[in-house]
This record gives sequence, C-alpha cells and structure tokens, in this order.
Amino acid sequence: MSQELLAQLALDLPKGLVRTAVQAPDPVLSTRCVEVDPCDPATVSLAADLLATMAAAPGCVGLAANQIGVGQRVFSLDVSAHSKTRTHHGRFVLVNPVIEQASRNEKAREGCLSVPDFTGDVKRATRLTVSGRVPGTGAAVIITTDAFEARAIQHEVDHLEGLLFLDRAAGAHAIHARQNYL
Amino acid sequence: MHLKSNSVPSVNSYAVTVVGHDRPGIVAGVTGALATHGGNIEDSSMTLLRGYFAWTLLVSLDADLATVETTLAPLAEPNLKIAVIELAPEVTGTQAATHWLSVHGSDRPGIVSAVTAVVAGAGGNITDLTTRLAGTLYVVLADVFLPPGVDVAVLEQQLAAVSAQLGVEVTLRVADNDDVL
Repeated sequence: MSQELLAQLALDLPKGLVRTAVQAPDPVLSTRCVEVDPCDPATVSLAADLLATMAAAPGCVGLAANQIGVGQRVFSLDVSAHSKTRTHHGRFVLVNPVIEQASRNEKAREGCLSVPDFTGDVKRATRLTVSGRVPGTGAAVIITTDAFEARAIQHEVDHLEGLLFLDRAAGAHAIHARQNYL
Repeated sequence: MHLKSNSVPSVNSYAVTVVGHDRPGIVAGVTGALATHGGNIEDSSMTLLRGYFAWTLLVSLDADLATVETTLAPLAEPNLKIAVIELAPEVTGTQAATHWLSVHGSDRPGIVSAVTAVVAGAGGNITDLTTRLAGTLYVVLADVFLPPGVDVAVLEQQLAAVSAQLGVEVTLRVADNDDVL
C-alpha cells in the first residue's frame, strides 16, 4: 500500500456530530442509498458525523450513512485497532464505493450497530479491491485489502445496497444472541 | 454384538419432548433416566427460547411406551413438561437444504405463515427453522429443500410480492455446501 494512497485517504475534517444510530427494522436500512457528490460540503459534514458517531460507539469499526438515517453512498471505517486485521488503511471515509474484485470467501461471525441483539455467520471475500472517492477532495482511490478490513468494507457496502448481515445469514442456525456490551 | 436368542429384539423408537423453565441438570437427568433402560439417543435438538428449555430427542430403546413414560415421569416438574411419542419404524430420511431463506422486519402476526405458505405452494419443504424476536425486529431464517423442477425465479417473485405486503425483507439464496478439503 502506498504512502500516497494513505495521504489521499487521511482526512482533515471539522469535528462531526455524534448522531443517533438507526436500528433494524427501520426501512432506511433496507433501501438502496443514492450516489452523492464527494465535494459537496454536505458530504464532508456527513463524513465528519460518521467518524464522530463511529468513535462514540464502543466496538464500532465501520458505519454506513443510512445507519445514521442518511440514504447516501458514504461509509466510514477504522479497523486499525482490531485483532483480526492484517492490512488496513487507517481511519477513512469512502464516497460512492464500488467493489471491483472479491475472492477467497471465508465464513465468520459479525455484528452490527443497527442489529444490536444478534450476530450472524456470513461468508465474505477475504481479498478485496474497492474503488471510491474521498470526501472533500473528491480524489478517486482504489483500495486493495484483505482479512478483517475486507469483511468490514463488504458489510458497509451491503448497507449502502440496503442489505443487512441478516440477509446473508448462512442457514437457519446462523444467527446468535449477542452479548450486549454496549 | 449378539442377537437375542428368542423373541423379537423389540427396540422401539420414541420421540421425547422436554419443554419448560430452564435449570442446570435437565439434560443430565433425562439422559440418565433413559440410560437405565439402555436407551440410545439418536438425533436431538435443544435450545433455549427466551429462557425456556426446549428439547426434542429421538431415542431407541428396548421398552414399551408405558415404561418410558414411567421412567421419565419423576423428572417432570410443574414448569417442566415431558412427553413421549412412539414412532412408527418407517422414516422418510433427511432432506438436505438447497436454499436458505431469510426474512427480517417489523414484528407482526402472520409473517412466518405467509412466507412459508409461498414456499409450500411451490412444493418446497422447510428443513430447519429459527425465528427470533428482539424489540420490534423479527427475524426468520429457514433452510428450504426445493425439489428439482421448481422455478426459483417465479418463487422469488412470489416471495417479493408477499414481503411487500408484509413490509418485510425476504432473501432466498442458494445454500452453500461446505467446501470439502
């Protein structure tokens, strides 16, 4: 991963607001989000709010805009402190993400801020390439990653498609009660 | 292994259900009582549903129904019911799921019946089912066997129509067979 990419992803945003997280079965979570102008000041503000809300939720490593009620194709991510992470790109926000390549599926258990009572076993690619835009500069970036960051990005892009991990649960025994640590 | 020299080796099959308030020791107690008659536990499935213990087990053992009932009766409590059903010898075998169905949305009566009626109408069979309610969120996960010849695209359209009526999300996916390494 290049230093140039990391520099492009690094954000110098105004401090965002901690927004209220939306929980299933809210329909905004089941609705496809719309593309948005990465350079629009409203998008920059949304990016800052996603980062602030993500940071305020214990254990939250990623947040899609519709999880705070905004149906736009923007998500934030920071898996840098997670034990299952191998490659990571720090704390970043991606606008209009598109999964370009995905391979090497593995099943693992994941949770979601919007589905606080359950976790689910979901098969996801462990090698991933995603493209998108950086909020503010509008820079086009391509991120290639693996392991937990790859899983987290797919989980967030699913949100933007209106999909929850519940939609991908691998069979009748694939959801589990979650230990509520929040 | 030896064969009994006279009479029929009358190993009978039973389904035992144990449902009620959970406490430590239910499984140990039931299996211990069955073991005194040489009971062999075959398939079983136990879980906790909102703190209620729920267990169905298939047992083969060389005893008649009354004996099995008498054996298990002391384990029953006012809030823990045990029932024994004698099973006919013929079995239909296990169907492997071809698809996974997931449903989630706001809780309301009739979600499971409406969705599974569509599956049954197509000739599909539910082979495993879990439903969960947390707050207002209702989740249904079902393993489904669709016989050859079912038009999956038509079934998906019917499921989409029902899900729109119910205001829930329904997804039907081809079941992954576990990778064989």
